[in-house]
Amino acid sequence: MKRLIVVGNGMAGMACVEQILKHDKRFAITVFGDETHVNYNRIMLSSVLAGEKAADDIVINGRDWYQKHGIDLRVGVRITDVDPEQKTVTGNDGSVTPYDVLLLATGSNALMPPVQGLDKDGVFAFRTLDDTRALLERSGKGTKAVVIGGGLLGLEAARGLQVQGCEVTVVHLMSTLMERQLDPDGGQYLLGKMEDLGVKVLLGRTTTAILGNGHVEGVALSDDSIVEADLVVVAAGIRPNVELAQKAGLAVNRGVLVNDYMETSSDDIFAVGECVEHAGVCYGLVAPLFEQGKVLAATMTGNRGPTYTGTVPAAKLKIMGVDVFSAGDWSEQNAEPVRYEDRALGVYKKLTVRDGKLAGVILVGDTSDSHRYMDWLRTSADLTSQRKHLLFPPPSADAGLDVAAMADNATICGCVGVTKGTIIEAIHEKGVNTMSQLKECTRASTSCGSCTSLCQDLLRAVAPEFEEEHKRVICACLPFAEDKLRDILRSQRLKSVQEVLDIYGNGIGCEVCKPALSYMVDMLWCGDHDEDRSARYINDRVHANIQKDGTFSVIPRIRGGVTSPDELRRIADVADKYHVPMVKITGSQRIDLLGVKKADLPSVWADLGMPSGQAYTKGVRMVKTCVGTEFCRFGTQDSTGAGIEMERRFEQLFTPHKVKMATVGCPRNCAEATVKDIGLIGQEGGWQVVVGGAAGKSVRKADLLITVETTEQALEASELFFQYYRENANYLERTYDFVERLGIEKVRKDTVYAPEAARRALLDRLQKSKARATDAWLEGQTPKTATQFIPIQALETVSV
Amino acid sequence: MSETRWIRVTVCENIPPREGRAVMVGERQLALFNLGDRFLATDAQCPHKGGPLCDGIVTGNSVVCPLHAWKVDLETGAVTRPSTAITAWRPTRPRWTTGS
Repeated sequence: MKRLIVVGNGMAGMACVEQILKHDKRFAITVFGDETHVNYNRIMLSSVLAGEKAADDIVINGRDWYQKHGIDLRVGVRITDVDPEQKTVTGNDGSVTPYDVLLLATGSNALMPPVQGLDKDGVFAFRTLDDTRALLERSGKGTKAVVIGGGLLGLEAARGLQVQGCEVTVVHLMSTLMERQLDPDGGQYLLGKMEDLGVKVLLGRTTTAILGNGHVEGVALSDDSIVEADLVVVAAGIRPNVELAQKAGLAVNRGVLVNDYMETSSDDIFAVGECVEHAGVCYGLVAPLFEQGKVLAATMTGNRGPTYTGTVPAAKLKIMGVDVFSAGDWSEQNAEPVRYEDRALGVYKKLTVRDGKLAGVILVGDTSDSHRYMDWLRTSADLTSQRKHLLFPPPSADAGLDVAAMADNATICGCVGVTKGTIIEAIHEKGVNTMSQLKECTRASTSCGSCTSLCQDLLRAVAPEFEEEHKRVICACLPFAEDKLRDILRSQRLKSVQEVLDIYGNGIGCEVCKPALSYMVDMLWCGDHDEDRSARYINDRVHANIQKDGTFSVIPRIRGGVTSPDELRRIADVADKYHVPMVKITGSQRIDLLGVKKADLPSVWADLGMPSGQAYTKGVRMVKTCVGTEFCRFGTQDSTGAGIEMERRFEQLFTPHKVKMATVGCPRNCAEATVKDIGLIGQEGGWQVVVGGAAGKSVRKADLLITVETTEQALEASELFFQYYRENANYLERTYDFVERLGIEKVRKDTVYAPEAARRALLDRLQKSKARATDAWLEGQTPKTATQFIPIQALETVSV
Repeated sequence: MSETRWIRVTVCENIPPREGRAVMVGERQLALFNLGDRFLATDAQCPHKGGPLCDGIVTGNSVVCPLHAWKVDLETGAVTRPSTAITAWRPTRPRWTTGS
């Protein structure tokens, strides 16, 4: 078996090795990597810096993969020399290793501009996991960071640092941002978005020196100004790493020269990835690596035939909320530009058409059509017939239409190079039904993730068992689906409604999105958010339910429907004292005082001396109970005790929609637990925990979540479901819609059958929220503002 | 309504940003709103079914009535939702503004 040595354990090298493994010809493979990590997804480093992903999340191939394929992995060894005569490579650990075939996948290095002081402590590149870790260590609240370079990488680094709390300034040589990917107008839109995020941008300036005594203190610029800095990140471009290739005597220009078969000037030395130059182009993007790797694998394994003919350059900025996409040649020279812009929304789109075909595309603010354009670019599609619909496709009859119109050999995942045909085959042959199965099976959507929606469309259209996931945007003020929004809020650490609207929305908001966001920040930060009452519905401003005449209804908490003569007396006294027009027993085993004036609320609550029953809010309403073993001759479980305990554990918390629960002591089900959001049904020797029931607008029998033996187990299962619903349901989605949308199987898998750590995490977050929750009616004694409950009397009395 | 004059109502802190409050001016009840950079006023009751506009959620220069989500433009007093609303409501021009 021939010995293959791969120099470079990055994405290009391992993508090629993955392809080589698919061929019959076998090599004894040794991989050298100068980083100490296994193969990881370098383009996701910005997500690690932004706190969206952990280092472990971006591993592509773990150690078990190397073992499984018999690959000898040597990490932390830098190959410093190659002897093409003796066919050996020398490592910086002194090792000399012989090869029959050598593959150089050495990638590129950060380009360091000729500036004094780059050796100072606090100056970093942003190329590796170690760089990222060092940046995470150094950054924090108030740290001043300067990023040199306003390209893709520089901007991603800037946003990441900012999310970590740094005050960030980007210094860019050119007069617009990302000038390699965007025209000046597009750059201007991007500039606005970066500044909206709070990143300072200085254009048209070069860095002349890094200042400081040993440690970075500032950056001197060409306009003689000085920017203070504790941290400097250099992201001024990359340079192919060709040192070894030169030592090996290969033909090298800017990169290692390769032909269409990916052959270098030597017979037994190959090269792939960012270190190569094909047809005059060195690529710094991910898609070409995969395409080159595929071709090279064929050539190396004796299946010479496939050719590499270059890649349409395409780039996507990975900053949440700042959508930027660019591909192809978007210069307007000899081309017909087609534009769309909306300054208020921050959307800019430009296509260039040459000879009836798409030449290039720029999308800022809305990249949802990027796939369509990429496909047109890749296939050189003739656009004559759809010239009127270039920017906005005619509305399609069904969601799968776009993807249905694609040819089988059309590429869906541009990074990994997965075609529509491959995915369809996986669905039919391997029973793929879910996105994660699809990723596992085809690797589609595992790199940059921008084809996820397309993959989902395809699954929806073809996979028989695919479960539709509704992705509605909240409203026009904030055009994001809620799950996406939750990710944004979490990773960008946004804790106030107005902040979210300012950065990601129209800055105004409305009665639809404001309450939804209010819920979201409260839930995500377990109550540690910036409460903004102006974003709440009136019920949540004064903790009572507004009625048709502007008065309010007051329902105190009566846990499990169990009250006392003393409580009943107080309720009766309050009804008398405040002339409450109606006192009513509700359907939820509680007592409702209707027609209370807003100004009376604080004293009504004080006189009642009972906590809020949350009957006015999207929150925990009540647990209805039967008398169970305590009195009932049929009772098999203490449903009253369990119900009261359940209500105690959940009360005061907020939920996507109201949550009504019930516990019953035997299957006679006297408290109707099977039509509640959560129900506990006692039986001989245990409990059934059921979820997603409804007896309101729609009627639905609850699904069985789990059957358990003890009351504590039943309560814990309820807690798991309750928190899972809080975290994953859309605002105003009742449990019965939620459970139906996800399917009880998935709910079970993610709650009661989830791994121990995941269950613990759900319960911990619930506890955290609970620890911060308080009885809203205490606000009666300490109002938010002096006028929370009482109308203002004008200081001047005049008649108007 | 012939002459414009100022009436001292209250201190600004009593109306938090983007919220409204009911204000009694003599016998008449108004709803006064803090829009951050200025204060605007309307009649207290929604032209639809008399809902308390001061309790609505403010969106831009409008308020949404808490009862049936009618939307009232605070600048003009016009009902902007539902668009089919036919109303004999007399808009209260915002003439009560205040500095600190």
